[in-house]
Amino acid sequence: MKTFLSVLTVLAAIVAFWYAACVPMNIKGVLDTAERGGAEVMPATSKARRDMGTFGLVAGNTFAIAQTWEQDRPRLPAPHQVVTELWKTTVMKKLTSKRSLVYHAQVTLKATLMGFVIGTGLGILLAVGIVHSRVMDMSVMPWAIVSQTIPIIALAPMIIVVLYSIGVQGILPKAIISAYLSFFPVVVGMVKGLRSPDAMQLDLLKTYSANTAQGFWKLRLPSSMPYLFTSLKIGIAASLLGAIVGELPTGAVSGLGARLLAGSYYGQTVQIWSALFAAAILAGLLVALLELIEKIVLKRMGMQQ
Amino acid sequence: MNTQTTTQADAPQAHASERAPEAVVEAKNLDLVFPTNDGPVQALKDVNLTINKGDFVSFIGPSGCGKTTFLRVMAALEHPTGGSITVNGMTPDEARKQRAYGYVFQAAGLYPWRTIAKNIKLPLEIMGYSKAEQDKRVEQVLELVELSGFGGKYPWQLSGGMQQRASIARALAFDADILLMDEPFGALDEIVRDHLNEQLLKLWARTNKTIGFVTHSIPEAVYLSTKIVVMSPRPGRITDVIESTLPRERPLDIRDSQEFIDIAHRVREGLRAGHGDD
Repeated sequence: MKTFLSVLTVLAAIVAFWYAACVPMNIKGVLDTAERGGAEVMPATSKARRDMGTFGLVAGNTFAIAQTWEQDRPRLPAPHQVVTELWKTTVMKKLTSKRSLVYHAQVTLKATLMGFVIGTGLGILLAVGIVHSRVMDMSVMPWAIVSQTIPIIALAPMIIVVLYSIGVQGILPKAIISAYLSFFPVVVGMVKGLRSPDAMQLDLLKTYSANTAQGFWKLRLPSSMPYLFTSLKIGIAASLLGAIVGELPTGAVSGLGARLLAGSYYGQTVQIWSALFAAAILAGLLVALLELIEKIVLKRMGMQQ
Repeated sequence: MNTQTTTQADAPQAHASERAPEAVVEAKNLDLVFPTNDGPVQALKDVNLTINKGDFVSFIGPSGCGKTTFLRVMAALEHPTGGSITVNGMTPDEARKQRAYGYVFQAAGLYPWRTIAKNIKLPLEIMGYSKAEQDKRVEQVLELVELSGFGGKYPWQLSGGMQQRASIARALAFDADILLMDEPFGALDEIVRDHLNEQLLKLWARTNKTIGFVTHSIPEAVYLSTKIVVMSPRPGRITDVIESTLPRERPLDIRDSQEFIDIAHRVREGLRAGHGDD
């Protein structure tokens, strides 16, 4: 209960800061609108206001503060505006509507999950190879690390163009970008996990004359499970990011990325923010789901009491 | 002194039954040098030892004396750089393939994701025993270490002593004639250790195994062993081999007898002599 209250306090502080930030961010826009509407503002002209600090404007026009939270196209939308937009575009819309965020989220989710499966599979295979072969350890690992230093935003259009030129389009290019981001945490985590059995455990298997495959299935793989789940949680968030980035350069009309792009084209900040929040909530749900699976699996394996 | 005379009187008879003791392990002029960053380290130097069938041999000495290394050489986990060693007349590697020994480490090392029964089945699965045979053997060895009824439990549900007994059961499951134990009770408290020592002697009497046992406890070595190998470090070598005169049947209070104290004294002398060198 006490921690719950503390968490609530922190959350309230963030929301309060957000509301406070809306005031100086949006004050100029509010005053311009007010001036056009014939209201008395200080100073009177837009040109004079441009030279003034935002805090001075707020101090001189306290009547406008409430309006900074109610603009149509604010620079920074207020929390309740984002929540209202989220509500309107999820619960109040038909799921099949092109304006429903749920519809866009499921488009992105499909690419995310496909990319996650490809990335995780590839990551596990690479880790198995790296752990069992010195050559792979020395040749693959550096490339895996280098691959993650290339900004995905630069690489994504190239992947899409190359795939398009060989006739691949639709969900697969997005999934591949998503896999590109998610395989890496799985490789790193699984290499560590598969190497986690100590020398004594390996010696024990040696005294049974166990072969490599037996060592892998009976000792290395089960030992790596806690590491795998940690990697999967990072991997799924990276997958979602990859899928969204994959939607940007294609000019896609559906998906959370498309929604972000459309919002920025038309200056619909409320729409951008609600799409961002939809993505964050989706990522949170996916990670929470993996956490639940982790708990169940590790408990059944006796590795977490 | 009374015991001394009885031993003397029994000697001819004893000799008759042990005329040709079957050597299980024979080490001749064994050398082992580890290369390290600080130059080569002589882990074993000129080790000569014969272990007969049914012996309970303890290796005792300070850390770095090579007692664990010698056990590992027997188990083919290390390979000597000089001299020769045979286990059951074969090289240690061949002996391992014949499943000649079970190895018990200082930590129980049970798999947390397997029940006790499934842990004991681990070597049986690897060696390809049938399901029915696996079940039968698990029952047998659980009974031997007095853990019947605990097969379905997970390791974390058992105490440290019980876990170590389960790991002994695992080493016994595939019926190796030789049991190699590397400070198996080192991490346990003294009361549990006494109890396990007593159990181990019973188990040894019932199964007739040959046991190699590394320890750094003098009372443990004297209480358990028929033969005590005292070792000293830098380079690791044998300084004394003591044939115990204690009877095979050993209640815990034998540790208060004069004979026990005498043997313990000789072990201590051996350890001290080894230390005098450095």
